[in-house]
This record gives sequence, structure tokens and C-alpha cells, in this order.
Amino acid sequence: MASETMTSSEYISHHLTNLTYGNHPELGWKIAETAKEISDMGFMAINVDSMLWSLILGSLFLWLFSRVARKATAGIPGGLQNFIEMVIEFIDDNVKSVFAHKNNLIAPLALTIFVWVFLMNTMDLIPVDWIPYLSSLLGVHYMKVVPTTDLNITLALALGVFALILFYSIKQKGITGFLAELSLQPLGKWALPFNLFLELVGLLAKPISLALRLFGNMYAGEMIFILIALMPFWSQWLLSVPWALFHILIIFLQAFIFMVLTVVYLAMAYDHH
Amino acid sequence: METALLYIAGALIMGLAAVGAAVGIGVLGGKFLEGAARQPELIPLLRTQFFIMMGLTDAVPMIGVGISLYIMFAVA
Repeated sequence: MASETMTSSEYISHHLTNLTYGNHPELGWKIAETAKEISDMGFMAINVDSMLWSLILGSLFLWLFSRVARKATAGIPGGLQNFIEMVIEFIDDNVKSVFAHKNNLIAPLALTIFVWVFLMNTMDLIPVDWIPYLSSLLGVHYMKVVPTTDLNITLALALGVFALILFYSIKQKGITGFLAELSLQPLGKWALPFNLFLELVGLLAKPISLALRLFGNMYAGEMIFILIALMPFWSQWLLSVPWALFHILIIFLQAFIFMVLTVVYLAMAYDHH
Repeated sequence: METALLYIAGALIMGLAAVGAAVGIGVLGGKFLEGAARQPELIPLLRTQFFIMMGLTDAVPMIGVGISLYIMFAVA
């Protein structure tokens, strides 16, 4: 990456390629070296860089919060405990205003989704070349550090939420009640296939829109950082500071929206029409 | 010829997404300002709801932007 001169489109596609490990039909189990090898590996190839960074950030979240929880004092809190309490109160207020039923899973779920997605999005603020340069010194040539720019990660989160939506819908309304709600609205029982089609589209739109919204925002943000990195060196601060400031807002907003929509969809799973 | 068509496709997606997002958020922002002018004490509440609505309105245009950038840089 630092040795030979690349064209700008090579630079861009280098920064957009994940570190993929899979079973290539001719070359066996290996880390892919070109984009063609990645597509040859097919579906069962894993993006090692996204998995690594999402696990690192998830463990950081768990370690930090559990450490503060264990040392929590009822007296005057220190700085870190104050900050963590602020985060938890924020999540609590938002969940309470949306979710009116009793469920012990929702608030921790909302906290996990918000903090984890926020941490993963924040990796986008690190200058584009720093970590890939360090990793190329170690021999690893592709390293995308923002897990949420990988559609696999956002779809995994959204499918987890979708599984919870289905679970709670069926638990609250029974399987017949759930199917009845899907097929008897909005037009009554004589339009059953039509109702089912509309309701299924609406149901599937929830996780797909969750995943693609987060992916689209983060991918576009990362793309603009990469394009700014291609500009001449004297314009770097001029261009990247406004974009990074705007991106800080987007990071927080997208994590917040993912969390709020998760809680709203789960609240809808409890409501009877 | 194929790369040219791919670039045009990417540009069309991005342009239409931009129009949709701009008009939608413009109308939403106008309503927010009207509500804020009527009842300034509700501004924090309205602001939260505005951002939530903005995230939802921006979703499909953002999806379009993501797909269009992918087409322009990773496919073409």
C-alpha cells in the first residue's frame, strides 16, 4: 500500500475491500488477495476485519460498563461513573417514553444496541490510512476498521432484532393471533392474499430498512473520507474538519435511530390492533 | 460502454435520492420551525422528534446513496 504508486481508483477500491477468509475453489482456505477471489469464495467467506473490530468494541463496552457498575458508589460519583449514568438515564428515558409494557430485556437491549453501534460508527473518525498502514506493516493488506460499513454486520444486528420481534409477537398474541393480524388487515378476510402480501412487505421492511439505513449512512461517510484523502495535502484540514463534524452528528443520530426503532418495533409487537 | 452506463446509473440514483431527501427534510424542517415559533417552550421535545423523523425520512435516500457509491466505486 505504501510501496508502489496506485491510481486513485485502486486506492479507493483498496480501502473498500474487506479482509475475507474463505474457501477459494482452486486455492483452498486462505485470505483473499483480490476482489475477484472474494467473489469466487462465494457466500461462506467471513470478513475477519469486521468480526475482529466488532468483537473488540463489544468487549470494550462490556468491560467498561461492568467495571463502572462494580465500583459504583451511591455518594458523589466520579467523572466516568457520572458519564455512564448519563448514558443509562438517556436510554431509560427513551425506552420509557416508547415502551409501555413490562419486559426486562428491552432496556438492556436498547443500551447494548445504542452503545455498540455508536462505538462501531466512531471508528470512522480515525483517519483513513492509519490503521491499514499499521496492519500492512504486519503483513495484513486489507483492513476495514468500521464494522458498520459492512452490510453483513448491520444485517446481523437487524436480523437479531427481527427474531426478537417475531418471538415477542408470537409470545404476546399466540401464533394464530399473529397470523390473523398479518392476514386479516387492513381489508378484511375476503382479501386475505392481498392483506398477507401487504403485511409481509411491511414486516420485512423493518429489519431490511434498519440494516440498510445504518449501512448506507456509514458507507457514504467512509467513502467521503476516502475521497477527501485523495485530495491534495494542503486541503485536508479544510475539507475533512467540516465533514468530520457533520459525521459526528450522523454517528450519534444513526445509533440513536437504530435503538429507537428497535424499541418501537418491539412495542408494536406487544400492541393488539 | 458498460462502465459509462454504470456511472450514469450511479449518478441518477444519487441525484434522485438527493431530491427526495432535500424536499422531505425541507418540509419537515419547516413544520418544526412553525411549531417552535408557536410554542418555544416545546423546542427540546420537538427537536428530538425532528431528529427521529429526519433519520426515517433520510433512510431510503441514504440507502440510495450507499448503493450508488458502491456502484460507482466497487463495480464500475
